[in-house]
Amino acid sequence: MERLQSNLKNMALSLTLIALIAAGILGVVYALTKEPIAIAEQNKQNEAINLVLPENDRIEQIKAEVEINGQNDSLKVYRAFKGDQLVGYAVETMDPKGFNGEIRFMVGFDAEGNIKDYSILKQGETPGLGAKMNDWFKAGKKGQIAGLNPGKNNMIVKKDKNDKGQGEVDGITAATISSRAFLRAVDAAYRAAFSSSDNAIAADAATGATKTDGACDEAGEKTPAADCCAEAGQDAQTTAEEA
Amino acid sequence: MSKNAKILLNGLVNENPTFVLLLGMCPTLATTTSAINGLSMGVATTFVLICSNIVISLLRNLIPDKVHIPAYIVVIASFVTVVQLCVSAYMPALNDSLGLFIPLIVVNCIVLGRAESFAAKNGPVASMMDGIGIGLGFTYALTLLGMIRELLGTGKVFDVTIFSEDYGMLVFVLAPGAFIALAYLIAVVNKIRNK
Repeated sequence: MERLQSNLKNMALSLTLIALIAAGILGVVYALTKEPIAIAEQNKQNEAINLVLPENDRIEQIKAEVEINGQNDSLKVYRAFKGDQLVGYAVETMDPKGFNGEIRFMVGFDAEGNIKDYSILKQGETPGLGAKMNDWFKAGKKGQIAGLNPGKNNMIVKKDKNDKGQGEVDGITAATISSRAFLRAVDAAYRAAFSSSDNAIAADAATGATKTDGACDEAGEKTPAADCCAEAGQDAQTTAEEA
Repeated sequence: MSKNAKILLNGLVNENPTFVLLLGMCPTLATTTSAINGLSMGVATTFVLICSNIVISLLRNLIPDKVHIPAYIVVIASFVTVVQLCVSAYMPALNDSLGLFIPLIVVNCIVLGRAESFAAKNGPVASMMDGIGIGLGFTYALTLLGMIRELLGTGKVFDVTIFSEDYGMLVFVLAPGAFIALAYLIAVVNKIRNK
């Protein structure tokens, strides 16, 4: 068979046909895979949530507005209950300024704000350097953050200083930008879970509404944490249920 | 040697896309930070290359010359998207390691290059053999480069520790190391081919 001549009719016809067929195939494949993709993503997320949360029998999801790098963003906060007791939070947190763009991970706190564990959902950091964040900050590793509390500990890398003094976390060797982004995201997660006012009250409800230490005193004036101190006296239990 | 076997071998040695044709340098340099990354990129490209070669070879007489490039791009991009959707739907574990590279295949000039220079002139069987040959050539080149960079940079190969990471030369994981390692590999391949 001879190759079709390049006249206008042939060109328009063949391109249109190819594009239509391609579009048709893509449409069908998209429709077929839409549900499995959603399920797969959900599974991944659930695995991450279960990894970072303490034992629980009920999880409820809320959204919390929080400031990340000067922009307001809303993070998904998962609150875990055992019976009626709030036992922990999992926050899907992110920072847009990793070394290679956005990093996104799930981090878990117990009811007092101590970090339990984390699980990276998405990162594009340099392999061999920033990509070590996959397990660098886990329990038993060099940069362990498990057990630390962003409300009490100064969660920045050791070589950095802020108004609270020297940082307490060992950053990834030769990947300070990645480490900083990671720790900023942890901080954002903590603020999302504890500082926005009704969440903080929910936390109070879980810890018996005692407010002797931690988040409010040390979180500084810029965060909404100041509000939570003022409102701590309210009927915490009902507010928590409304939230 | 039969004609098809020759076509297959051609891609592995004489026209190896990475070491001889120097095609697809962008994914070659960017994705070979570890052996498994190089291998994944190679396998994904091979799959798309075989499919697109067959389809373009079948369509070659239906596509007028003046519009062949847009037509090929549509075919290749459709395959890549189908592969991407299927992988993320049915093989989430594979998607974690490979997902990043799949969209990159669309702009891989090896795929378009083979469509243009081989599939557009030959029958579907020969085109398939060409796809397999070039694909495997690309895959082993990337895997080799990835292994060298991973070993020198972090002391591991396929995540198996060979020597302590403390002795690794970090530069090999970064972009300059890619150029250095690739240059030495090409020199070695040239030496062997010139014998």
